[in-house]
This record gives sequence, structure tokens and C-alpha cells, in this order.
Amino acid sequence: MADLHFELVTPDRLIRSEDVYMVVVPGSEGDFGVLAGHAPVMSSIREGEIAIYRTNGGEPERIAIEGGFAEVNEKGLTVLAEKADIPA
Amino acid sequence: MTSLKALKGRIASVKSTQKITKAMKMVAAAKLRRAQMAAEAGRPYAERLDAMVASLASSVSISPQTSKLLAGTGKDDVHLFVICTSDRGLAGAFNSNIVRAARKSADILIAQGKTVYFYLVGRKGRAVIARLYPKQILHQFDTGEIKQVKFSDAQAIAADIVERFNGGAFDVAHLFYARFQSALVQEPVQQQIIPVEIVPAAKVEGVSGATEYEPDEEEILADLLPRNVGVQIYRALLENAASEQGSRMTAMDNATRNAGDMINRLSIQYNRTRQAAITTELVEIISGAEAL
Repeated sequence: MADLHFELVTPDRLIRSEDVYMVVVPGSEGDFGVLAGHAPVMSSIREGEIAIYRTNGGEPERIAIEGGFAEVNEKGLTVLAEKADIPA
Repeated sequence: MTSLKALKGRIASVKSTQKITKAMKMVAAAKLRRAQMAAEAGRPYAERLDAMVASLASSVSISPQTSKLLAGTGKDDVHLFVICTSDRGLAGAFNSNIVRAARKSADILIAQGKTVYFYLVGRKGRAVIARLYPKQILHQFDTGEIKQVKFSDAQAIAADIVERFNGGAFDVAHLFYARFQSALVQEPVQQQIIPVEIVPAAKVEGVSGATEYEPDEEEILADLLPRNVGVQIYRALLENAASEQGSRMTAMDNATRNAGDMINRLSIQYNRTRQAAITTELVEIISGAEAL
């Protein structure tokens, strides 16, 4: 199965731009997971953790984000967050 | 004829000026690198948000309930010019270029009978605007305390502007800043921020089914649009910061070179004058000895 193209951007910089297996986004109406080929969705985001699964069943990488939007279209998933804390 | 002492003094003074301009150039170059990186790092976010707003705006039908930030107030009588300048001078034509661009547009609008108000960000635009349009400065946002532009600063400005907009202070807002192209070229640009300028999506990518919205379009728009204003201002401030340093670097480089030329000219004049003085003295001694 094709991978999902995922981008995480804050006003300061482009934090992640890579192909992953699945991303779980903390939407304002509840968390939702995005796999490749997801139907187009636009959602606002609440404060929470975004979980990035590089492989099926692997340990996710978690990044705390604050406020913003997620958009899924044919090109993949774009998350625009106001703030993101990356565990260095 | 200028005296030797006076020439010496001038050379010393030009030399110390050159030292200062050289130091300023070096400082500007160091700051430019940082500012340029920040400006480039900030571009992806603004671009993606632009795309998001465009795709959302094209899918929402304009109704009376639509946010005014998108639909406008239905009038365009009162314009607000948000002019971003720097707090410090000695940056070549940087500030005057931005102000000139703003003045040009303002005069066109005023000639059409519209009202133009100014919202100044930074200190350097004030003098000219206050002289030409003394009663039309709405507010000046003080950026004196800000060393490195942060998103929260842009948000504060945006919140203030959106509040004034909702209060009915103006119908259309334009943003003026200098887009950074290189250390030599900074282009003053005008951008409409309220209502959002919809760039018609050039390429309609095979839209497969309607996008779903969570919560719904209206709510997302209500959240997205004010944020978009903040992001546009943030981008303007970042671009401006880079442009300012680039412009200063170029200006100071020129100043240093001019000072060098001046020192050369003055040194030649100094040496000639000294030579002439020695010759005169010798002639006097010789003619004095011959007379004996």
C-alpha cells in the first residue's frame, strides 16, 4: 500500500515532511487516524498529541501540538499547528 | 588653501566613520543570515495556509452569515494601510521605498474620494506619513522592544486590526512591506489582507468528492480567517526583517567604499600640500642665503 505523505508545519518552520504509514490527529471533534487514500477532510485541531506511525504496528512518534488545522487531500495530510514541541 | 592640520583632522574623521560603517555592515551581514533563514522557514506555513483558505473559500457560498473577513463589508469606502517599517534608519532606501509605495496607492484612493487610514508598525514610517496625512494615523504599533519577531507579536497586531475591523473602523485593509529577494534587491509589495484576496485556484486538481469539514465550514472559517491575518502579518514582518538587514548591509558597504575613496583623495591632497610647503620653505632659505 502506498504511504501517506505527511507534513507538519508551524509558523516558524516546516517540521516534518515525509512518507509515513499512519498519523493520528487530535481533531476538535475527536481523534482521527489518517491512512493513505483517506477521503478529503478539513478539521480544526485541539491541543493534544499527534502520533506518527512510520510503520504498521511500530512505535509512534508523538509530538505535542497546539491549535491549528489539518487538511487531507489527494496529495496527503497537511497539519498546520500554531505550536509544536519536539522532544529534541 | 586648506591647512595641513585641517586635512589631517578630516582624514582621521573619515577613517573613524569608515570604521563604524564597516562594523555596521558586518553586524548587518550576521543578522541578515539569521533573518533570512527565519523568513525562508516561515514561507511554507504561509503558503499552505493560503492554499487552505483558497480551497475553503471556493467551496463556501457567500451568504449574509459568511464571515466579513472573507466576504467584505460590501463597501470599499474606508481603507486601512498597515505599513511595516523598521525602527532604525541607516538602511539605504529601505523605509522610504515602502512608504513611497504606500503613498502612491493612498493618493490614488484619495483621488477617488475614499478615506485612507494608516496603521504603522515600526517607527520609521511615522515622520513622512504624519507630515502628509496628519489626521489619518489610526495607531502606531511599537516594535521597539522586539528583537526577534515572534508569531505572538504578529498575532497581537492581527488581533488589534481584526477588532478594529469588526468595530467598523474600515472596509479594506492593505499590508505594505518589502519582500526579500536578495541582499541587493528588496521589492516593496502591497497585499490586501481584509477581505481575503481569493486567488482563484489555478489548477483544479481532480477533486474526488466533496471535502468533509469538522466541525463545519462556517466554524472552520471563523477560526481560520483571523489566523490567516496573523500569518500574513507574521510573514510580512519576517520578510521585512530580512530586507532591512540586507538593505543596511548594502548601504553600509557603499558607505565604507565611499569613505575609502575619500581617504585616498584626502591623502593625496595632504601629501601635495605638505610637498608644496616644504618647497616654499626651501626656496625661502636658498633665496635668503643668496642675498647675503
